[in-house]
Amino acid sequence: MKIEGYLRNIVLAHIVVAIASISVGVIFGLLQVLSRAKIFVIPNNVYYQGLTLHGVLNAVVFTTFFIVGFLYIITETSLKEKLNKNLVYLSFAVMLIGTLLAAYALLTNQASVLYTFYPPLKAHPTFYIGATLLVVGSWIAILNTVLTFLRWRKKNPGVKTPGPMIGVITTYAVWFLATLGVAIEVLFFLIPWSLGFLKGINPTLARTLFWWFGHPLVYFWLLPAYLTWYYIIPKVAGGKLYSSLAARLAFIMFIVFSVPVGVHHQYSDPGITNIYKAVHGFFTFMVAIPSLITAFTVAASLEYAGRQRGGNGLFGWWLKLPWGNYLFAYAIAGMIAFIFGGISGIVNASYNMNQVVHNTSWVPGHFHLTLGSAVFLTFLGLSLYLLNKLFGKKVFSNTLGVLSAYMWLMGVLIFSWGMMQLGRAGIPRRTNLGFSPYITEEERIFMVIAAVGGTLMFISFVIFLINFLGTLFGKKEENAEVVEIDYAEAYHEEHNLSPVWDNWKVWIGIAVLLIIINYSPVFFDVFRSTYFVEGGYSPQSPIPIK
Amino acid sequence: MDRFESLALKMAFGLMVVFFVALVGLAALKGIDVPTCFTDFPPFKEGKVIQKGEKEYEVHLLARMWAFQPNRIEIPAGSKVTIYTTSLDVQHGFEIEGKAVNLMTIPGAVNKMEVVFNKPGTYRIVCNEYCGMGHPSMYGEIIVK
Repeated sequence: MKIEGYLRNIVLAHIVVAIASISVGVIFGLLQVLSRAKIFVIPNNVYYQGLTLHGVLNAVVFTTFFIVGFLYIITETSLKEKLNKNLVYLSFAVMLIGTLLAAYALLTNQASVLYTFYPPLKAHPTFYIGATLLVVGSWIAILNTVLTFLRWRKKNPGVKTPGPMIGVITTYAVWFLATLGVAIEVLFFLIPWSLGFLKGINPTLARTLFWWFGHPLVYFWLLPAYLTWYYIIPKVAGGKLYSSLAARLAFIMFIVFSVPVGVHHQYSDPGITNIYKAVHGFFTFMVAIPSLITAFTVAASLEYAGRQRGGNGLFGWWLKLPWGNYLFAYAIAGMIAFIFGGISGIVNASYNMNQVVHNTSWVPGHFHLTLGSAVFLTFLGLSLYLLNKLFGKKVFSNTLGVLSAYMWLMGVLIFSWGMMQLGRAGIPRRTNLGFSPYITEEERIFMVIAAVGGTLMFISFVIFLINFLGTLFGKKEENAEVVEIDYAEAYHEEHNLSPVWDNWKVWIGIAVLLIIINYSPVFFDVFRSTYFVEGGYSPQSPIPIK
Repeated sequence: MDRFESLALKMAFGLMVVFFVALVGLAALKGIDVPTCFTDFPPFKEGKVIQKGEKEYEVHLLARMWAFQPNRIEIPAGSKVTIYTTSLDVQHGFEIEGKAVNLMTIPGAVNKMEVVFNKPGTYRIVCNEYCGMGHPSMYGEIIVK
């Protein structure tokens, strides 16, 4: 497929913004882990400004820019249909302006409210407006993708949606339904309140709207990684996708179950009937099923690849996998971390069990295995892969890529183990423990272990960055006019598929219905039992902002 | 879908249902539930400990930037304590070390949980939601004698 020069350049711009953001973000990650272990204590002011930057840059800016750019390439190469050039530019411009506005508030220390921005902690209005523009920019990309898909549909009646495009549709469907919640929170409450038009705010309502967005957000991050694991990695490993129907089923389940689950972040909240909390818990378990399907299907695909490469016996195929290929190494390191990330996630979602770990260090221990490994490592690998495919640049060093992938895996397993032990002991998250009088020496040891892991993670990222810059500024060696992404064929093809399996309106419709059913009683509860409170607070002072 | 795959799918579904039934079953049978609270009047503005009977206490725990009020609670072993909590300013968290008690403390709402302290000792309570610059040092104690 021939990709136009403009698109290759703009996708590069998305990747560069993403990598630049995370390069800043990880520095603060290192500082936090050292400060928590009392190895190098930083003042609270710097810690929380840094923690906000770490959350916003890594979890929102890095992911959104990377995903939008990456999905443009997947859309064009899988549909062989052109995107609208003007909308591509417009989306990028809006996202970039939004990021710069939010960056102004963050860098001038007027928005140290962390990436959950719970009111009544109040940030500078540019923080909320910037975040809104970032989301609106991504909506423009969704619009562009939908228009392109519909054009493809019209030209290809009766043709099944290509596999990778199912991943794109799922990612954007989840993202759009999720961002509606935060859009209501920010547009109707936080922006007018931060500008002074609205005197009061209801913090419980704001939390509920935030988590409507905040949980499916994790699937927005994860789904492009799944797309890669299903449709690209099996080919890179020398095999096939084990079953295209399983992949389709998993993605459909994500569309349906991703969003009506947000209250499982609010098990400890007042003003919501416990039965509704349990219902959201049940749907969270349902959304674990497609991840279990993914574990099975990806493992089966890799087994097939290993056997194609000459592996025999129960475990022989395992040894034959291309462990020394940089893209495979990043993906498999992410998958291994994700095994533990998934298990700890099920613990988090487990209703009353959550009481033990809620808001403790367990939680960052968990999400550094999911977002911070499965997603992050897959995207790092892909960023090198895209430089290679789009610009014909040879990856600077395969060895450095492989090294950084496994080093991160080692680091994150150590880090998360330390954090989770502390969490089980009841040590809170989001806390500059260097200044906490209540930490005992025995507890600090686990934080030192986490710091060792964190340091390895930091070094691993520096190695990646050298490799990335080396590739970016390296010479063009191959002709990149024609971009061939390594899409895997299916081993078991779908047969006699009923058209409903390819009708995205049906599944998105069911998702909307479930959101209404699961959220209506929750909002009813919140309105009848919680109150608006006046004023807003700077994190610097207990006296309300005038 | 092949045989193994459909088996894996059924097992995944079965596993999740078993997990869920176990959790909710225990919540119902053993009374291990998550907190919640409904009020129809605005939250209290003062923290205090009220003795309701022999070994029965009600605690109005107020969180504010950056301390709990009261931040030192003394009770005899075997006491049943009903904790009500709210915040005067921003969101806080309230967690008792070694007990599965973990409450969001949110302005404009009151949260509630019942807890029994059988073992004497000092139980650390910490704020586990970011509440500004003083958050790392926001803690208190429950002393069970």
